[in-house]
Amino acid sequence: MQSYYEANARERLDGLLDPGTFREILPPVARTLSPHLQALDLPAAFDDGIVIGTAKLEGLAVLVAAQEGGFMGGAVGEVQGAKITGLLERARNAEVAGIVLLLETGGVRLQEANAGLIAVSEVIRAICATRVAGIPVIAAIGGQYGCFGGMGIAAACCTGIVMSEEGRLGLSGPEVIETAHGVEEFDSRDRALVWRTVGGKHRFLLGDCDVLVDDRIDAFRRAIAQALREGDRLDLDAVEREHALLQRRVDRFGGYDDGADIWRDLGFPDPENVPLLATDALVAISQRLRAA
Amino acid sequence: MDWHDVTARLFPEGHHVVADGDLLAGTGRCGDTTFAVIGSAHHAEIGVELALAMARLVLATIRTHPGRPIVFLVDTAGQRLRRRDELLGLNRCMAHLAKCVEVARSRGHRVLGLVYDQALSGGFLATGMMADLCAALPESEIRVMNLSAMARVTRQPVERLAELARSSPVFAPGAINYVKMGAIDALWEGDLAAHLAAAVADAPATDTRRDVGQARGGRLLAAPIALRANVE
Amino acid sequence: MEHLEYRFDGGRPATAGSAARIVGVVASGNLEVLIEPVPGDPACSIAIDTAAKGFGEIWQAVMADFFARHRLAGIRVSINDAGATPAIVALRLDQAIEEFTRKR
Repeated sequence: MQSYYEANARERLDGLLDPGTFREILPPVARTLSPHLQALDLPAAFDDGIVIGTAKLEGLAVLVAAQEGGFMGGAVGEVQGAKITGLLERARNAEVAGIVLLLETGGVRLQEANAGLIAVSEVIRAICATRVAGIPVIAAIGGQYGCFGGMGIAAACCTGIVMSEEGRLGLSGPEVIETAHGVEEFDSRDRALVWRTVGGKHRFLLGDCDVLVDDRIDAFRRAIAQALREGDRLDLDAVEREHALLQRRVDRFGGYDDGADIWRDLGFPDPENVPLLATDALVAISQRLRAA
Repeated sequence: MDWHDVTARLFPEGHHVVADGDLLAGTGRCGDTTFAVIGSAHHAEIGVELALAMARLVLATIRTHPGRPIVFLVDTAGQRLRRRDELLGLNRCMAHLAKCVEVARSRGHRVLGLVYDQALSGGFLATGMMADLCAALPESEIRVMNLSAMARVTRQPVERLAELARSSPVFAPGAINYVKMGAIDALWEGDLAAHLAAAVADAPATDTRRDVGQARGGRLLAAPIALRANVE
Repeated sequence: MEHLEYRFDGGRPATAGSAARIVGVVASGNLEVLIEPVPGDPACSIAIDTAAKGFGEIWQAVMADFFARHRLAGIRVSINDAGATPAIVALRLDQAIEEFTRKR
């Protein structure tokens, strides 16, 4: 069983997509390297760290984008952002079940500063516009670098998010918070604390990701396909429901300091055991608690 | 510039904009048009509460004033950098604000943005950068991240980043650089009300920033790469 | 960054119809290797962009070894290197050739 966490972008696509169906758009031979990195005398990549293309996933026609976390921490620069934005716009003229974004990113590529920020903004706009057009955009998060920065906002703009326990999803990374307010505010080297705050299990229990899967590419595939089949609608009803949900969350949990406090409030009698629970056990308990 | 001055200059015919802490809310008249005004002041750090407060105002506008144009007044030091806000899902609250703007747009509301002091990262992505058109006052600055945090993340010396911020349009925080890159439509000086009136009339219906960036020579690859990703 | 180029003659042409393949990631201590068919070119040409400057002789030796192992003509090998060791470079080259020549 292949680990999603250990695989690179191309290996993830290989394991996720129906064999022989993937056609890469702007492949490495197109040599879309970042001029900004070259200007800084930094190594660049032929695909600028993202693989995009058309494919089938469990028989569904999809457009896919997979970020390569190993390159620049998956951070988004001008070229990478344009590849994603163009792909999202392509979906509106194609007969696809949806778009799949394999996200592994620290957010804006700081080495491209302004160009990177604008690139991420264009991705966010494109996700929203594509969803308004009724096309689902599914994000998968389960790699070493997590999904942070402006791309954490982009992920939360998607129709649904599939995460593994290993994944992390947030806005500001722990290191940035520690730099701003010190180790007492957020000890970025306390891995357990980091995962209680932004890790896959916490995000699932909070409701910020829809599905929690094991760290296996086939588990991601099934969950992504299922999410695509559920369709999408970004409209006034949806944002009004979302608003009520988020307001209730802040009212209910706003005074808490730690993920464990939230899990206890949700009904886990031994929240300190949550990190030890297997994925399916956690999901089962969570569903029972939500039904109650 | 202070938010009192900005609103006075945008709405010489009168406005009812108030500050509730860091949140700016209200309406302003420009010609025959009433604008919903939503924004932040005092270099606000945007945490979950402020993001939701702004989203609430967008939703209220959609519900009670269909079609009314919205203008975001932006002065933010970026997202609140606290563990508690991450715990509660600040990324999702920001995304919610962005989605509310998109829904407003889809229902015929024009959305404009004006950076009147500073704008950083997350706070800006969910507001001004979601607008149909975003402008800035000439002295305003737009940043991705503070230099010390950038230095830590990129493992570059702060001095080197500070030098780049002085010399390179890609790194320099002055809003003029964002004009060249297409993300800021123009710097507004003088008659702000006239600029506002023109903006609401001329704002594009789709995201044209990369085409503008290419035409102005500040961002040359985004448009052609996105086109190729779309058609190849 | 340093740019290096090499050409080797005397190889046998790669199988007709092979598609371009890439392996590796431009991460610290790693590299990406892209191999493209260049039908009709009698040489194996190699272009390297490396973050490690001043190692021309080592690159020469590694490329010569690589060519001697596979002796392919009609290919262009393009590398973006972020400071990989010669052993990793040789490994990625072999992986790339394997991908390139594998029947599909």
